[in-house]
Amino acid sequence: MTAVQSRGVARIHAAFERARAQNRAAFIPFMTGGYPTAEGFPAVADALLARADLMEVGIPYSDPLGDGPTIQRASEQALAGGTSTRHTLGLIKELRRRHDTPIVVMTYVNPIYAVGPREFMRLAADAGVDGLILPDLPPDQDIEIADLAAEYGLAVTFLIAPTSTAARVELVAKACTGFLYAVSVTGVTGAREGSALGEVPAMLALARQYAGVPIAVGFGVNDAATARQVAEVADGVVVGSAFINAVKNGQDVGAVADAIAAGCQR
Amino acid sequence: MTLTLPHYPMPDDRGRFGRFGGRYVPETLIPALDELDTAYRAAKTDPAFLSELDRLLREFVNRPSPLYLAQRLTDHAGGAKIYLKREDFNYTGAHKINNCLAQALLAVRMGKKRVIAETGAGQHGVASATAAALLGLECVVYMGAEDIRRQSLNVFRMNLLGAEVREVTSGTSTLKDATNEAIRDWVTNVRDTFYILGSVVGPHPYPAMVRDFQAIIGEETKWQLRAVEGREAPDAIVACVGGGSNAIGIFAPYAYLPKDQRPRLIGTEAAGEGVETGRHAASVAGGRVGVLHGSMMYLMNDDEGQIVPPHSISAGLDYPGIGPEHCHYSETGVAEYVPVTDAQALEGLQLLTRLEGIIPALESAHAIYHAVELARTMRPEQVIVVNLSGRGDKDVAEVARLLDVPKDAPTVTPAIQKPAIQKEVLA
Repeated sequence: MTAVQSRGVARIHAAFERARAQNRAAFIPFMTGGYPTAEGFPAVADALLARADLMEVGIPYSDPLGDGPTIQRASEQALAGGTSTRHTLGLIKELRRRHDTPIVVMTYVNPIYAVGPREFMRLAADAGVDGLILPDLPPDQDIEIADLAAEYGLAVTFLIAPTSTAARVELVAKACTGFLYAVSVTGVTGAREGSALGEVPAMLALARQYAGVPIAVGFGVNDAATARQVAEVADGVVVGSAFINAVKNGQDVGAVADAIAAGCQR
Repeated sequence: MTLTLPHYPMPDDRGRFGRFGGRYVPETLIPALDELDTAYRAAKTDPAFLSELDRLLREFVNRPSPLYLAQRLTDHAGGAKIYLKREDFNYTGAHKINNCLAQALLAVRMGKKRVIAETGAGQHGVASATAAALLGLECVVYMGAEDIRRQSLNVFRMNLLGAEVREVTSGTSTLKDATNEAIRDWVTNVRDTFYILGSVVGPHPYPAMVRDFQAIIGEETKWQLRAVEGREAPDAIVACVGGGSNAIGIFAPYAYLPKDQRPRLIGTEAAGEGVETGRHAASVAGGRVGVLHGSMMYLMNDDEGQIVPPHSISAGLDYPGIGPEHCHYSETGVAEYVPVTDAQALEGLQLLTRLEGIIPALESAHAIYHAVELARTMRPEQVIVVNLSGRGDKDVAEVARLLDVPKDAPTVTPAIQKPAIQKEVLA
């Protein structure tokens, strides 16, 4: 790989490496782009970026079938406020002036196809995006997306789930260039009662046989206690709906993030 | 056992019809789709499965459905002979039951105790609830709030059959959102739940499997037409398309014939208030290639990929995409897809009702309207088969509401021409 090609990959790996050196799991907050409003988003993102090892920004989408009601409603609100794909990438470009934290974009494939895969990668790279998380794109569906991402210096992250067979885990793990995203439960995103761990340790043990990249765990992690459990076994902890709920309830997002980030300490 | 399930050359082993189809779903579902694919392949050639399905299709569904020469409609059009393939005679009132029973049998075979389904007009929901009742399965049906309003009778039917109807209020509160919720349920409960998908959409193997279960419509048409016309292929076949399951059911047995033996295959899309108005559900005429519900297809979406809410007078056609096999047929010229407006469909409904005493579903009324237009351009010795996908009982309240709307209301265009139809019929 050339220097340009490895930019996103290198930055993401460095973020995980820094956290590991401090005996932490990387703290990876998620926020829907343009939520609660286009004007209100930068302050929320600033608060999260200041505390994040890596941040995940969602491109609001009308039909997010991997997401639960919290993120779906956030997307609907952001879309109603005029946010969309190009606009979200524009918001990220603004954030890049103030923050050096790696940013990965979570997006469904239809917005990528609609903008055009090459144009989408160009816009993302230009905005300073480091990588992509593609929840409805199993890696064997469209090789072109991953190749184009690499061409524009973007890392790609695919997902594994508790239902994944060993063969699928191997295929998915080997296709990831940024990090591997392990979904903690069968289900959609969103806060849940009870332990987030469940089948996670066994899934991660399997994934570590194949993954040459760090492994983050998400879905259902919404407080310091569950973050602490996940941090014991994973390289990174993804937390999303908890921050959307915090914004919705008028809580101090930075304080909520501090609490959960503390849970990532081993 | 006389039933066989067809083997068509498409999709390929990745579930693609040309560039359409595929599996764009969360990774959680991939193993379940593999499991379903394996189970379906085995069932497809298992005499025990086929024998049971055959028995149910004959004794429970009332197959074969008649092929009926609509003489008065033919006379009215003054051209080609119009036959109706009467899927409205099926138990529960539409073609949907063919597929639901087959998938529910597959669910039992796979050891699943719980089935879920999405529904727009309610026909697929009623058929799923019926199959679940028959086979002793727990059933949950997702339905948009807007469709619950339009189809309250079918909601009651589902409840009576023991199914739970879950109201969907996200997005546009219609079929696409009900489908999203059903997929979310499946992602969550994938280990013990079977998703009975209602049309030739969704991730592989659904578009192929649903087509195979519906292909009995076209297979019956072949031998029925041979008996009355001495040939298996008509000159044209017309069927309405939302997702496209009734259309693929009658098209597929003809679609893979050599070009010179193939009838014209025509799908009528819901043009709503007109494709040019943007208020429609015509994915081929007014959409472009995109991905929804796990499949690449023609899709109503804006230039940033957000799904554009569809509109149709018919809840069953109110879907922003169209099955991947139809997309491939359209792209390769195997079939044609023509838009038919709400007003034209209402005209088709009234025409068939007045001339033949058959109240068709609003979905099927789109096909009736176009078939009459087409017949006028053809010769008397030529033959059109219209797939009458369902009966109109579920729609009569909505039709009454629509026809009572004052003439100057913007949702009713002069093309309805209520008096004009009556005049023609009387003449």
